[in-house]
Amino acid sequence: MHARLYRAIYRIRRVEEEVARVYPTDRIKSPVHLSIGQEAVSVGVCDALQPDDVVFGSYRSHAYYLAKGGDLPAMVAELYGKATGCAKGKGGSMHLVDVAHGVMGASAVVGTTVANAAGYAYAVKLREEKRIVVSFFGDGATDEGVFHETLNFAALKALPLVFICENNHYAIHTHQRLRQKSTDVCARARAYGMPAERIEDGDVVKIREKVAAARAALIAGEPGPFFFECLTYRWKEHVGPGEDYHLGFRDKLEATPWIEGDEMRRVAALVAPAERARIEQEVEDEVAAALAFAESSPFPPADELYADVFGGGR
Amino acid sequence: MAPRILSYVEAVREAADQEMARDGRVVVFGLDVDDPKCIQGTTKGLLEKYGSGRVFGTPLSEDAMTGAAIGMALAGLRPIHVHIRMDFLMLAMNQLVNVAAKSRYMYGGQVHVPLVVRSMIGKSWGQGAQHSQGLYSFFMHVPGLKVVAPTTPHDAKGALIAAIRDDDPVMYVEHRILHFEKGPVPEEEYVVPPGKARVAAAGRDVTLVGISQMLLECLKAREELQAVGIDAAVIDPVWLAPLDIDTITESVRETGRLLVVDNGWTMCGAGAEIVAQVTERLQGQREIRVKRMGFEPVTCPPTPALEERYYPNGHTIAAAAHALVKGSTDWAPVRPEQDIQFRGPF
Repeated sequence: MHARLYRAIYRIRRVEEEVARVYPTDRIKSPVHLSIGQEAVSVGVCDALQPDDVVFGSYRSHAYYLAKGGDLPAMVAELYGKATGCAKGKGGSMHLVDVAHGVMGASAVVGTTVANAAGYAYAVKLREEKRIVVSFFGDGATDEGVFHETLNFAALKALPLVFICENNHYAIHTHQRLRQKSTDVCARARAYGMPAERIEDGDVVKIREKVAAARAALIAGEPGPFFFECLTYRWKEHVGPGEDYHLGFRDKLEATPWIEGDEMRRVAALVAPAERARIEQEVEDEVAAALAFAESSPFPPADELYADVFGGGR
Repeated sequence: MAPRILSYVEAVREAADQEMARDGRVVVFGLDVDDPKCIQGTTKGLLEKYGSGRVFGTPLSEDAMTGAAIGMALAGLRPIHVHIRMDFLMLAMNQLVNVAAKSRYMYGGQVHVPLVVRSMIGKSWGQGAQHSQGLYSFFMHVPGLKVVAPTTPHDAKGALIAAIRDDDPVMYVEHRILHFEKGPVPEEEYVVPPGKARVAAAGRDVTLVGISQMLLECLKAREELQAVGIDAAVIDPVWLAPLDIDTITESVRETGRLLVVDNGWTMCGAGAEIVAQVTERLQGQREIRVKRMGFEPVTCPPTPALEERYYPNGHTIAAAAHALVKGSTDWAPVRPEQDIQFRGPF
């Protein structure tokens, strides 16, 4: 299990590091919101899921897209705006999608997909399917009205849904304590009538265990939803490949414990060195191939502009 | 055999009932769809027939419930989300504009959103500022949304069936006053397909386009114009997006005069769009005169003393059409008493 979890975290980290490396060339023409430092949440959650479970998320979408099994070359090609992208170059980094692997899409408008996930879960429950829905969102989404409306509806209908609040403390540059009188997100979830738990240390194994237990309960027919707040930390700037400590809204010292306690390195130490080396080499090859695929893919043809406004074309 | 006569309400109810029986994916929800009044009767009997999983009232959460409707559609259901007033859709704009309209396109065709949003425009008896707005032009503006505003019971049934069967989101706009209309409605299922207007009356001298309830006012105006020798064509666009501009243009090509009577404000409205498109097509080919009418550019007042001046009616429409045809504004029909049928209490 540790080898699998390490591979998943390392893979996301390396993909995003390569995105950041290529970014200054301007060949990627898409605003990227990197998950570097936050990968363990997506990996822990998605490792507990089955292929036909589905996830909805936010514009910080790379980590959960890859963790759920989203196609890597199609993702990189999408960032490049190529015809081979997961959305044919018409979604970009903020709208990654891979329906075949249960990645149902993401919104650039904070909180939006929380409600979409609940609707999907309603359909799953109505049809008595043995699968679940996961909604990923950040602490910023908990400011939004739709978050509160959705939690109420999800609890009212006992939906097979797991809410994952990835709390990295910042909505762009504004700390949660400057936006919320009470920063206890779980207390709000409980108030709507669902169990809620905060996982403070970013431990990927713990996150996996908690979500796996929630999934098993839902599949066994226990009423949902479940709510988890996973504390984490954004190492990079809100959008873009760089850092933002120089802006003065946060102190690098705040980041230090998260960076020094990097979950990727912690899990790496649990994998035998030879296996680790093999995993790293395989991931390096896979990432290089994905970038080469994106680089060499064609841009969409002109008539693609009019495709998929409605079914049946224009 | 005489055609079967149904009310608009019964036509809407029957369309939903027949589609729910035909297709187990169709679900109906919204504030009060399952309460004793059943949205003026338009959802009557559905709960008993199809159960609370497929027919359910919702919390007062238009934003989240619209998002949930989209999620259901993404999962393969065919949701009908009902709003008893169009004004309430302002709480759902993010989901409608940013998600429902865009998902097929921004996900490269991987998904589609077969969603129907029913909403009602209110009028008269003190509906006032926030129960009276015809805001369909907001949705016409956005690629990825279809908009239909049927006027007759026949079209109410056929357009709702078409909307339910459509693989893309459809804004289905009803008018509270039209709920009282009665007319022939076939018992079997049929569709009034997107992008097809209806010529309600032929005419040679002027083309009147009436949107939603304003179609009925245009038909009244037509009678008054006939009395003074003016032959007005009356067209019901039925679908506002996609818009059947060809049918309207062909009429104006014949009459040379176009008066669009909107069920909303004229600024940036459906009427402005229709006039612009007809003008673009006929300019250089034929001289035409055009005019828009709609709500007065103010907030709807509830007091009847002011409200009757707020809306176009058969008489003001006839006067405007007469001026278009004759080039002078010295004629107006004699105004009888206020003629809206609606009676309170609400």
